[in-house]
Amino acid sequence: MDFTTFLWTTFAAFLTLCTFSFLYKDNPFYKFAEHLVVGAAAGYFTIILWHNGMIPKLMYDRLDDGSPWFLYLDSSAPWYLLPAILGMLMWTRFSKNYSWISRWPLAMYIGIGAGAAVPLEMKARVNEQLVAMMAPINWSDFFGHGGFNLLDATSGLSQLLVFVGTLCALIYFFFSKAHTGVFGGMAKFGIWILMIGFGASFGFTVMARISLFINRMQYLDQQWIVAALDLGDTPNEAYHWGFPFFFYLLIAVVVGYTIIEIYRHVTSKDVTSPQ
Amino acid sequence: MNIFDKMMSLDRRWVFLFLIVVCVIAYIVPFEVPIIVEPEVRSIFNFIDTLPKGAIMFIPLDYDPGSMAELHPMTWAIVEQCWRKELKVLMTALSQNGPGMADQALRDIADSMLVEKTYNGVTYPPREIINGIDYCFLGYKPYPSMVMLAMGQNFRLPFPLDYYGVPLDSLPMMQGVNNFDDIAGAVNISGTNSTDYWISYAQGRFNFPLAIGVTGVSTAQYYPYLGSGQIFGIMGGMLGAAEYEELADNPGNAKDSMRIQLAAHLVIIGFVIIGNVGYFMNRRQKKRMQREGR
Repeated sequence: MDFTTFLWTTFAAFLTLCTFSFLYKDNPFYKFAEHLVVGAAAGYFTIILWHNGMIPKLMYDRLDDGSPWFLYLDSSAPWYLLPAILGMLMWTRFSKNYSWISRWPLAMYIGIGAGAAVPLEMKARVNEQLVAMMAPINWSDFFGHGGFNLLDATSGLSQLLVFVGTLCALIYFFFSKAHTGVFGGMAKFGIWILMIGFGASFGFTVMARISLFINRMQYLDQQWIVAALDLGDTPNEAYHWGFPFFFYLLIAVVVGYTIIEIYRHVTSKDVTSPQ
Repeated sequence: MNIFDKMMSLDRRWVFLFLIVVCVIAYIVPFEVPIIVEPEVRSIFNFIDTLPKGAIMFIPLDYDPGSMAELHPMTWAIVEQCWRKELKVLMTALSQNGPGMADQALRDIADSMLVEKTYNGVTYPPREIINGIDYCFLGYKPYPSMVMLAMGQNFRLPFPLDYYGVPLDSLPMMQGVNNFDDIAGAVNISGTNSTDYWISYAQGRFNFPLAIGVTGVSTAQYYPYLGSGQIFGIMGGMLGAAEYEELADNPGNAKDSMRIQLAAHLVIIGFVIIGNVGYFMNRRQKKRMQREGR
């Protein structure tokens, strides 16, 4: 790793620590990292969109000699100008008098999107799911294929549970009849099913959040600290005093900030304690 | 304030601090946890493992650096498996902040192929991975659903050029490859809701074998599609990645992280129990005080 790459690595380590500082409380370091990531992502997206959408489709095509030819005016796809014009009409929203024009491209976009979405979404999310829910129950392997296995998703028991669970969960959201008696019992079972679903989602979410933290730990250890102190399997020939200097500088900033925060916390307690 | 009140009003920062300390200790102290491979992950591995040489696996990478932690290990394990089995890899990156990261991942994995490796007892010689022959990276185009519908007609409609600006027709790998009919299967690795689009607009419309690798947050919502047979496999978060690494005999960051996950989950379960005990005991105490008229 050369020194320039190490500086970027150190900057990434700094931003990692800035982000995690929010766990203590909101602070200027966190704000800096937050604004930087939003700005960088927006800038990156704009450039990606420009180079992947506008330039190849609209701005120019490369001729045989490599020179650009603008706007496909005599190319095989002059109709690309139509969506381009519609896209530009969206900007009329900024005018009070002409903002109504922006409804035309918006209407076209929504119309195309809805037209494509309705049949496909209906098929994939409703019809296929209904068919799966109403599949004949596998009585021959009721407790699982090849023995007793409650985790077998294709067992008859699982199929029965999915059917009953879906029905009861839907009943919970049926408010035209009082949730009493058998109907109320089914609604109660439905809410248990929903809670189990939410619990599974929560468990997966915990894993996801911890994964992010683990990844940053791995980054700090395997890339930043290893590079800063030259702890890699093969010695870094470009290694010099600058590497540990910036490492310890960042450590000093973190430790200094922590001490200041503790001091502030203690002194603010002194002020408020008489109350 | 009794102990139950204290449990209920524990500053969340103590929880964070304790969790960080436990994670750091688990990271420093090496120990292994068993990885139990679920059938939904095994089916993806088996599908790729049994493909004939030269078949094309389509791997849309729809995530950005924010989801790298969970999804990069999946990408790494699957793409390396494809290349070791001499399959060809076709890729897109339909998350707007993902193309650069996907390109970097491809290069890194290609570099790792230059070394001889042994997986599951089979030794694979070093291979040079060549763009256009072993893989084709199509890059990014906006509006994923429309891009998928267009790819179903012909990959060249949304992507006349690949990510590097080379016309698809000039790439040896893309000769005779027109649409989803010409791929063996697809594994969508996604940190966004583009998986919904892949299921509805691509698999639903063009009916090709599709599996998914998604972040932990969205894993639970995709299991119904597994039950209905719309997808043939699912890898959920870092655990799914670790299971795949275990199957591929290619241990990486995901498998290494499982011991930290275990420790962190134990801590969180512990705090959930403490919080619940505090809540119920507090409620009981209040009821008793009400009964006694205090």
